[in-house]
Amino acid sequence: MGSIFRSEEMTLCQLFLSSEAAYNCVSELGEIGLVQFRDLNPDVNAFQRKFVHEVRRCDEMERKLRYLETEMKKDNVPILDNGENPEAPQPREMIDLEATFEKLENEMKEVNSNAETLKKNSLELMELKHVLLTTQLFFDEHEVQSTMNIEQRDSEPGTSITQNLLPAEEGKGPVQLGFVAGVTLRERMPMFERMLWRVCRGNVFVRRADIQQPLEDPITGEEVFKTVFIIFFQGEQLKTKVKKICEGCRATMYPCPEAGAERKEMAQGVKGRLDDLSTVLSQTTDHRRRVLAAAAKHLRTWFIKVRKIKAIYHTLNMLNLDVTNKCLIAECWIPTSDLGVIRDALRKGTERSGSSVEPILNRMQTQLKPPTFHRTNKFTSGFQNLIDAYGVATYREVNPALYTTTTFPFLFAVMFGDAGHGVLMLAFAAWMVIREKALIAAKMSGEIWNIFFGGRYIILLMSCFSIYTGIIYNDVFSKSFNIFGSAWHINSNATVENLEHWEELTLDPANREEYSGKPYPFGFDPMWQIAVNKIAFQNSYKMKISIIIGVIHMIFGVVVSLYNHTFFRNYISLVFEFIPQMIFLIGMFGWLCIMVFIKWIMYGAGPEFGEERSSFCAPSVLITFINMVLLKKEKEDPTTPCKVFMFEGQYILQLVLLVLCIICVPLMLFPKPLILKSLHNSKKRHHEQQAIAQNGELGGEATTSGHGEEEEEFEFSEVFIEQAIHTIEFVLGSVSHTASYLRLWALSLAHAQLSEVLWNMVMKIGLSQSSYTGSIMLYLIFAAWAALTISILVLMEGLSAFLHTLRLHWVEFQSKFYKGEGYAFTPLTFKHIVSGDEDDA
Amino acid sequence: MMKICGPKLSLCCTILSVWAIIQLGLMAIFFYVRSPAFIEDLKIDDHDHHDAEKFLKALDTSYSTIAVNCAISAGLYVVTLAVSGWQMWVNKNS
Repeated sequence: MGSIFRSEEMTLCQLFLSSEAAYNCVSELGEIGLVQFRDLNPDVNAFQRKFVHEVRRCDEMERKLRYLETEMKKDNVPILDNGENPEAPQPREMIDLEATFEKLENEMKEVNSNAETLKKNSLELMELKHVLLTTQLFFDEHEVQSTMNIEQRDSEPGTSITQNLLPAEEGKGPVQLGFVAGVTLRERMPMFERMLWRVCRGNVFVRRADIQQPLEDPITGEEVFKTVFIIFFQGEQLKTKVKKICEGCRATMYPCPEAGAERKEMAQGVKGRLDDLSTVLSQTTDHRRRVLAAAAKHLRTWFIKVRKIKAIYHTLNMLNLDVTNKCLIAECWIPTSDLGVIRDALRKGTERSGSSVEPILNRMQTQLKPPTFHRTNKFTSGFQNLIDAYGVATYREVNPALYTTTTFPFLFAVMFGDAGHGVLMLAFAAWMVIREKALIAAKMSGEIWNIFFGGRYIILLMSCFSIYTGIIYNDVFSKSFNIFGSAWHINSNATVENLEHWEELTLDPANREEYSGKPYPFGFDPMWQIAVNKIAFQNSYKMKISIIIGVIHMIFGVVVSLYNHTFFRNYISLVFEFIPQMIFLIGMFGWLCIMVFIKWIMYGAGPEFGEERSSFCAPSVLITFINMVLLKKEKEDPTTPCKVFMFEGQYILQLVLLVLCIICVPLMLFPKPLILKSLHNSKKRHHEQQAIAQNGELGGEATTSGHGEEEEEFEFSEVFIEQAIHTIEFVLGSVSHTASYLRLWALSLAHAQLSEVLWNMVMKIGLSQSSYTGSIMLYLIFAAWAALTISILVLMEGLSAFLHTLRLHWVEFQSKFYKGEGYAFTPLTFKHIVSGDEDDA
Repeated sequence: MMKICGPKLSLCCTILSVWAIIQLGLMAIFFYVRSPAFIEDLKIDDHDHHDAEKFLKALDTSYSTIAVNCAISAGLYVVTLAVSGWQMWVNKNS
């Protein structure tokens, strides 16, 4: 019978599966997720395992599926997620799946390479088009110019651009200018021009024009800006040089005809080809989309199937093959209470495989330590994670997570104590919890969101408790509420004269006119909010309750250790650890808390208490405690009616408690190791006698100590040192841990002060306005105050209080009883495969 | 359907507006009933500190002014709520 109080009882079982049924049985066990298989081939290399080929095939399939997924993501094709849970397909269906994926992958690769080629072609054509356009401009300009020149020089019209402008000198024939046109990246132009200038010694003429629209680079897909250039040169040598430089600077050259008419024709041709290409390109992309959309419908199912197959084969790799019986042997840990469910699953698997051989499930006796399995639901799993982060519980020890569900939010709330901030947290947590299903289905990424969402129940409880402590501290955004009517009154002091003379008025609690004697029913009196000595009063209260809560928490921890000792039948620890620890804690720090209560009850201000029990005579609890340990007996002061002790016989009582506690320390230190040593010695002697007796009977047959326990080493020094460490940890720790609980006071003080400072520094500016135009100021300042409240007071302080509460649980509470030396139960389960988590099996 | 701000900003403004309306509304009521919890937030000029009658009167005026201010701010936040709510609707549809 399991519960969250202890981890489940686990059994080691041996499972005999027939070879035909093995796959299906493991598949069914994976679906129910309750079986942890032990690796029976730990020293076998991963590449030498039995099913390594199948695993490799699964890896290949997964790779192809991931490739398809990236292509779909690139094109923003939505992947269908209908939440169905397909079963792991039979081994023979693997081949069909592999063929489908292969086909899809090849198709995608083909489409992609075609698209790339098409894009390259279209880019060339577009660049050519720009070149033609730009050179058209150049030549037009020049013709305009040359027509002007021609008019001037009265030469024939229609001269070619490449004709020598200078009049032909005698002896030299007409020289024609050659030109080269091309396109290059805009960033490369300056470098390119400089290179040309230097190499050709300034004998070339470059003209350039930028292409206004960016062109798409086919490989990277980004858009780049390019420039058209045209280089004029004279002679063959320069032509070669220019061409080499163009190639070197990775500028693409385009053949550009000289004559205008030819250029026009070429432009037309280019335009036509460009149109054709764009049609083909759009058809290719359409086809690609169609293929991806068709695949997207099944992608998730395929992923799940492939991952399930891989998980099953990984598990099958851990089994032993019993060749003689033609069956596979598995060793697995299962929760004892789930034996029936597992047997059903095995039966189902065998039926599915059509095998007639029933699988055999044998329970084994073993000395191995079983894994720790806590059955949690969505509420308790958050708290269980907090505990497991420190250490997984030892097999079957008491699970602190059960109590953490309440103590954690409570200790958080003591430190956070503001009802306003609690309401804000509650709104957030309630939204997360109410919209749980939708938010889980949305599968939001972002680690921080997942942390908050995973802890939604923790935050919900923390906020509810915070509202409660906020009401007790009477703190709502640093302002108090007066619900029941304050117990403090100014009454006869409310005169104009007092108002004009005194800055502060002291109200004496002993005066029943000023303090009614009937305290505010629930929480702090609202009068304290405007009192100048609010902090001094609250400090006294908060420090005392921090110590009281701390001592109760620690005593509770020691009591839990009692449950552990009785369950594990560790009676030595019960007598020599639990009892001295309890006496020490209660005798020292329990007495401190009792003194606080006595002082609260017996002493007070007012006529009901008399002189001896007035607030003037109340002894300091801390000083009394220190004097108790130092055995100091202070003399009575005759000038005052006050007594040093709170009641008769307190000194004797304290002496007795002190002596008891001092005795407890060696009780914790010495008996247990000595008893363990004597037990070990008697066991050894017992085994030796048995061995001699057996030897005598069987006539000297050498019996090697097959009893494994005998080989158990017992080093007395080790045990003693361990016990000494435990004792010192407990005794010194009791003082330091008790003081550590004072952080409950410190953080609540810090939170209250931060809240007050924020109001006074920010909100007050918006409120203290003398005219109605101040409402605009208030409008803006409220937004600033709200932002700071959320970021600093809720988030930062919340995280801080969370951390400190966690520390209090992990260190101060759990060090009293928790061993945390277990390992977690990791069953074969398909849950994370179906939910789509990224961690691989 | 003009989009002034994105989905995140409009959501933030909507939540802030709801909180502001509730809190400023309550504060307006509390200032109106002269709650002593807010006594340190009042604006009383220095020259009113010397005469008790003037002081009490200034106290009263300040309470009223701030109460009205809170109410006006709450009203401004109602407008903000409307605008950001409309923006959320626009963002959802686009």
